[in-house]
Amino acid sequence: MNDVKLIFERSCEGKGLGLLPALDVPEAALPDGFGRKTAPRLPELSETEISRHYKTLVKRTYGVNDGFYPLGSCTMKYNPRINEEMAALPQFTQIHPLQPERTAQGCLEVLWRAEQLLCEITGMDNMTFQPAAGAHGEFTGILLVKAYHKSRGDEKRTKIIVPDSAHGTNPATAAMAGFTVVSIPSGEDGCVDLEKLRAAAGEDTAGLMLTNPNTLGLFEKDILEITKIVHDAGGLVYYDGANLNAVMGVARPGDMGFDVVHLNLHKTFSTPHGGGGPGSGPVGCKAFLTPFLPSPRVIKNEDGSFRFERDLPQSAGAVKEFYGNFLVDVRALAYILTLGKEGIPEAAKNAVLAANYLMKKLSEHYDMASGRCMHEFVITLERLKKEKGVSAMDVAKALLDHGIHPPTMYFPLIVHEALMVEPTETEPKETLDEVAGVFASIWEEAQKNPAALHEMPLHTPVRRLDEVGAARNPKIRYEFE
Amino acid sequence: MSANELLYTKSHEWVLFSDDKTAKVGLTDYAQKQLGDLVFVNLPSEGDEAEAGAAVADVESVKAVSDVFSPVTGTITAVNEAVLDAPQMINESPYETWLFEVGGITGREEFLTEAQYEELCQKEG
Repeated sequence: MNDVKLIFERSCEGKGLGLLPALDVPEAALPDGFGRKTAPRLPELSETEISRHYKTLVKRTYGVNDGFYPLGSCTMKYNPRINEEMAALPQFTQIHPLQPERTAQGCLEVLWRAEQLLCEITGMDNMTFQPAAGAHGEFTGILLVKAYHKSRGDEKRTKIIVPDSAHGTNPATAAMAGFTVVSIPSGEDGCVDLEKLRAAAGEDTAGLMLTNPNTLGLFEKDILEITKIVHDAGGLVYYDGANLNAVMGVARPGDMGFDVVHLNLHKTFSTPHGGGGPGSGPVGCKAFLTPFLPSPRVIKNEDGSFRFERDLPQSAGAVKEFYGNFLVDVRALAYILTLGKEGIPEAAKNAVLAANYLMKKLSEHYDMASGRCMHEFVITLERLKKEKGVSAMDVAKALLDHGIHPPTMYFPLIVHEALMVEPTETEPKETLDEVAGVFASIWEEAQKNPAALHEMPLHTPVRRLDEVGAARNPKIRYEFE
Repeated sequence: MSANELLYTKSHEWVLFSDDKTAKVGLTDYAQKQLGDLVFVNLPSEGDEAEAGAAVADVESVKAVSDVFSPVTGTITAVNEAVLDAPQMINESPYETWLFEVGGITGREEFLTEAQYEELCQKEG
């Protein structure tokens, strides 16, 4: 029962669906060289079989609707149904990106309102919704930084500073944008080491990329000094929005001194996440960077109507076709309007409360990388590994047998045997108590019978996957016989 | 220090000098154990400048990507291309698997002897 057939293996020649009506217009030929020479080898199945195939896959899928999903740094929160209802409105779905602006005013207003509200939340002045994901947003944000320095003829700024606790996408983004990455070590307290930052910042500094709260789930208490050091050196400061859920509606990156931010609507603003795609990684900036935003921008006319502004000569360029993943933005706007001015900070506070509650409960057995936290916390299993040979991987696999999605593992890199737990505000206390019980039982098992932990999971459709084999020899396409 | 004697860094590289100006660099057994099974290696190019203490290569395991730091300042004179296709060589025989060679060495980090390095690994667990 464990082998799920691939859709190609279920295929049987000649089966299929007659969904397309017969051709009743003259056939138009494709230009030479564009038509394929052989028919595509698509799987051929009846509708019942297709339905059963995907239902089988659905049953094997695990999401926030199935149970606890504390994937640190990913903010796997519940996606309210009302978002889906709004995004399914035909006025939002039955449109074409090239239709005249005057016939899509409501859609333009969605983008405009979402920009207003997210700028209010982040303390920015303007925002683009073009980037399709978080890392894409990072890249766009750093392109703004680059365009800014270039516009001033300040081309000696070739370096981006990134703390060693940063998300891996930060140094990757800086490198992709053509900068040299300068990694600075964190201080003893897990926060940015001001002396190291002062030493790294200089005439060649284009900017600093930072998450706040940082990757250990700690609020950078010296944030005003951090942004000042970079600004004094002539650099800009970039806010990675991955952890905004801890502070949204409570503290604003713009007030902390950040010049550019990206948000992950699929994390913080409750749109579908992780394989459910598509994502949306809007980028907000202070007014002095607005001229560099991607084209087009949505502008409100004096008469209250909306238009696309494409005359943006200093724009860093488009980063995606049209206006980004529009329906994701609809969902995020629905979320913000549902929660409102009181609900947004309440969600952030509950996220921090849930994380601290669970951390306190787990501290009875497990060691923590730090003594307090914001919206997520990091367990270090270094001691368990040393004493019992039970690793973070073993504990993560054991959680699977309890119907819990494992936390983020082996991240941040500065913590050994790390498990990074982010419960989010949408988990009730009852769930947190149950989860604490599961963690405690795994701890006890590790003390009594550590060997058993190496065998887990026992009750999942597949057990330990050959991750090394998959990475070294990936099979990424079906091989026909 | 004599040639053909393995020296170590605090960041878990080994260094083997063939003469005063030339050295090969690899990862220690402790490093490969901590990293786990390696699946990808990024090496510098011949002619790249290497600076003591700065990252010049990276290795990726199923857990994470980690920097490899150059223990010496100089110019990359050779890279072990065989490792690119078979990163598991580092796991299988770390001390036989050099990653890159630096020539024209003008500066170096403070190195540890085998005894000192063993002590460091003990401490780090």
